[in-house]
Amino acid sequence: MIAVWKHELSNYFHSLTAYIFGAFLLVFVGIGAMKYNIQQAVANFEYVLSFVSLVFVVLIPVLTMRVIAEERKQRTDQLLYSLPITTTQVVMGKYLALLVIYLIPLCIVSVYPFIFAQYGEVYLLTSYGSILAFFIMGAALIAVGTFLSSLTENQGFAAGIAIPVILLNYYSVSLAEHVSATAFGSAAALCVFCVLLGLVIRVLTKNEKAAFTVAVALVAAVCAAYVLNGEIFEGLLPEIMKKLSLFERFYTIVFGVFDLTAIVYYLTVIAFFLFLTVQSLEKRRYN
Amino acid sequence: MITVEHLTKRYGDFTAVSDLSFEIEEGHVYGFLGPNGAGKSTTMNIMTGCLSATSGSVKIDGHDIFEEPDQAKKLMGYLPEQPPLYMNETPLEYLKFVGEAKGLRGRELAGQIASVVEKTRLEEVKNRLISKLSKGYRQRVGIAQALLGNPRVIILDEPTVGLDPIQIIEIRDLIRQLGQEHTVILSSHILSEVQAICEKVLIIAKGKMAAFDRPENLEKLMMSSNTVSFVAEASKEEVEEILRETGAADWRMEENGNDSVRVEAQLESGEPTDFCRAVFTAFAERRKVLLELTSKKANLEDVFIELTENAFAGEKAEAGRTEAGEDKTKKDEEKIDKGKDDGMKDEEIREGEVTER
Repeated sequence: MIAVWKHELSNYFHSLTAYIFGAFLLVFVGIGAMKYNIQQAVANFEYVLSFVSLVFVVLIPVLTMRVIAEERKQRTDQLLYSLPITTTQVVMGKYLALLVIYLIPLCIVSVYPFIFAQYGEVYLLTSYGSILAFFIMGAALIAVGTFLSSLTENQGFAAGIAIPVILLNYYSVSLAEHVSATAFGSAAALCVFCVLLGLVIRVLTKNEKAAFTVAVALVAAVCAAYVLNGEIFEGLLPEIMKKLSLFERFYTIVFGVFDLTAIVYYLTVIAFFLFLTVQSLEKRRYN
Repeated sequence: MITVEHLTKRYGDFTAVSDLSFEIEEGHVYGFLGPNGAGKSTTMNIMTGCLSATSGSVKIDGHDIFEEPDQAKKLMGYLPEQPPLYMNETPLEYLKFVGEAKGLRGRELAGQIASVVEKTRLEEVKNRLISKLSKGYRQRVGIAQALLGNPRVIILDEPTVGLDPIQIIEIRDLIRQLGQEHTVILSSHILSEVQAICEKVLIIAKGKMAAFDRPENLEKLMMSSNTVSFVAEASKEEVEEILRETGAADWRMEENGNDSVRVEAQLESGEPTDFCRAVFTAFAERRKVLLELTSKKANLEDVFIELTENAFAGEKAEAGRTEAGEDKTKKDEEKIDKGKDDGMKDEEIREGEVTER
């Protein structure tokens, strides 16, 4: 794992990606700090981070797009398969390298609240709490990006999926206010979701029977639940959309509540998507 | 060293490898031979753990590649068909990564890298970017990578494909050298290559094993159907008379222009040299000129075409023994198109393969 980690890090520093990522993150944090902390003289550094989180929509895909897609394109994934290391070690090594690249600009950012504190009263606890949460939220998005990169051998395509996925996630809370909150609307949306899940299974496993069975069973379950007790679907869809938002939970922390469930949620997302990445790589062996 | 048992790989309805079983002993150079798409790469990918099998098992020195991949992979070095190189690195950086991933550290790693760089003669280019190297050098970096960790088995998938003649000779020499210290398995669709380097040949066609023997034994299998061909300045009738006299089993004749005839005669038994002698004397007695006289020995190419052709023709096209015998003497493309089945020969070779096992 350490070999993969070192290799991946040196790879990122050989190319421009690590520098571009770090530079852009710092530029936007700088703009935010200037706008909120200096011009508006607000002592809360966490507002800057909340402003910067939108930049992740583009920056995270740029960072993660090549991480696995490029291996597949260059056929170096065959080397990784034939080496005496497990797929989990490969994915972990790569993921930890991405975290280091993400951590470097954050280390610089961590100095800012301290500097501001020299010129007035800054709530250091919420500032650093937010920086920690900001790091973990970014880590969760990187895990999502890593998984999306493992689905294709085209970097551009990987970024092309990752940007809308993260953007949708970013806006999911504001979108939730516009979607139907009725029981029927939620049930219908869930059915569509089940069919989509079936399609994904069909694409990934090429097993039509399994995909069909899963989709039909889930749709049947949703319909049965709707007929038996329609009330549970009341407002379910907006609720799910709010719950799925990675950004919304970060804002809770920004407003001064260090919500541990948010941290647990982020860690779960990381574990889930890294697991999916390992499965996606393993699947290549079975195709 | 390596035991492959009932290996099968299916992609949906397509069977890439079908019930393949063989055993590889330590200390030889083995060749996998087969036309494109015969299942060579698939077999190698499965043996090295890059691909799963639908059924069957591969054991490397007792370690199952699917159950104990770590131990099994440590015993093998693999160079896939397309060398898996990181283009934006230098050979040294690349070898360092592979060595570390194989569990080498510190002085041992440095020592091994130095030794493989020397063996593959990468000294001059070791600090240049791989993307700037020629194909021959890239192939060598790929081989160097396979050699790290000093594995007992080295598996090379088409190591000479796309190289120029000089590079091919260099890589072949390198493989021969490697064969002295390691068990080497290489795949190729080039017959002369396998004949030149390998001590034992496994012919694969359509995912099945067609033969597994030493190259010279495979050639011997074809000896019984030896053919003698000659060009004589004589009329067809005269030639036929002579052929009957000398005891040829079967023959084919065609006008060669300038009053000469080209004949391909088939022997049922006896030494081809004796037959040549008899033919020469017979023509000399009649004061007719022989322009050419050669006994055609079967080579690996014939065996190969014969075996793979059988696999492609399948069970259809029941052809007579004589017809198939004539076929063997022609090595051109046309022959493959004809696709005739010679069940007899196939049986013989399979017998040979069984006794070998």
